Amino acid sequence: MTPPNTSEAEWAALMRAGLMGDEAAYRKLLEQLAPALRGLARRRLAGTADIEDVVQEVLLAIHLKRHTWRTDQPFKPWLNAIARHKMIDVMRRRGRRGEVPIEGLEDVLPDDTVPAETSQGELFRLVARLDGKQLDVVRGVSLDGDSIAETAAKLGMSEGAVRVTLHRGLRRLASLYRGDAA
Amino acid sequence: MNTEKLIEALASDRETEMPPNRMLLAALLAGFVGAGLLFFSLLGPRGNFLDSLSSWRFVMKFVVSLTLALSAAILIARAMRPDARRLDTLLALAPLLLLGMVTAEVTNVPEAVWMPRLIGHNATACMVFIPLFSLAPLAALLLALRRSAPMAPVWAGALAGLAAAGLGAAFYAAHCPDDSPLFVAVWYTLAVTIVTGLGAVAGKRLLAW
Repeated sequence: MTPPNTSEAEWAALMRAGLMGDEAAYRKLLEQLAPALRGLARRRLAGTADIEDVVQEVLLAIHLKRHTWRTDQPFKPWLNAIARHKMIDVMRRRGRRGEVPIEGLEDVLPDDTVPAETSQGELFRLVARLDGKQLDVVRGVSLDGDSIAETAAKLGMSEGAVRVTLHRGLRRLASLYRGDAA
Repeated sequence: MNTEKLIEALASDRETEMPPNRMLLAALLAGFVGAGLLFFSLLGPRGNFLDSLSSWRFVMKFVVSLTLALSAAILIARAMRPDARRLDTLLALAPLLLLGMVTAEVTNVPEAVWMPRLIGHNATACMVFIPLFSLAPLAALLLALRRSAPMAPVWAGALAGLAAAGLGAAFYAAHCPDDSPLFVAVWYTLAVTIVTGLGAVAGKRLLAW
């Protein structure tokens, strides 16, 4: 388990590298954020929502909004703001008053328990609602664990087209979480 | 679908958006050009535009409109980032300026002309054209906000409305024959309020994430 204050510098460095295109650093960051978010979600949302659904929705938001973090600023306040925003959103959707939780990620212990395979989780259902190419690409890259190049070859698309489709698919997933029909 | 699979997909996605500040500048520029094209095709500056530049009343219409646009734009830059501090007091600048202009007007002209100047020549045109010239900037700013991370959608939409209305008002001011701060304080403010309300409503619908 990481002591509270070492992760700030490490996460900021990983995110900076990730924003510069370092895929391994970025993956490592997301892998470290998942248990931290799981701990936070368990603390705030126990009993109201499937914890792993929430962790996944927050990770998706972090990913899609990562360009709004200024690399010369501390990382955790940004991260906490995103996490709080999404968790309040989840509570609101579950019909509970979103009392603003005061603790941030630094106040809760990361939860390293390996989550149960949530094959029937929200994300699984939402991915299934993607259409055509987006469904194929997101499934290929996530469930099948294919690289961009492998997915491109399998689907007979250019790598550029796969990248664009993947990004659009992820943005579409975020809007499906919010219940947007369109 | 487990979280590791999701992380695979996220790490593979290297498409990112522009940094918020650059996106905001692009939106302001696009909005300015859009409003300008509409202005020059529909109205154009009034005939005595250049001569009017020596009148403080005429010049102050631009100063107050652009102060509004600029202060709202600065707040939009903050609203785009979830960890930025708010600085809402900046919005007091344009109203304070307007208050000063109105004070100068009522102390300089006899009471008998206050009402005629307030009513002006063409309040209806003001109420139509300022919102009309605000539409392109409003759309561009909402789009930029949508691609960032505003924590308060209604507020962010209202800010977009204020900035857009400031630009729209600055263009209309170049045509508008009424220069009295009394006219500006009533009709421009009303038009700005309409656009701000429109922005807030649009923000609620478009800026949630």
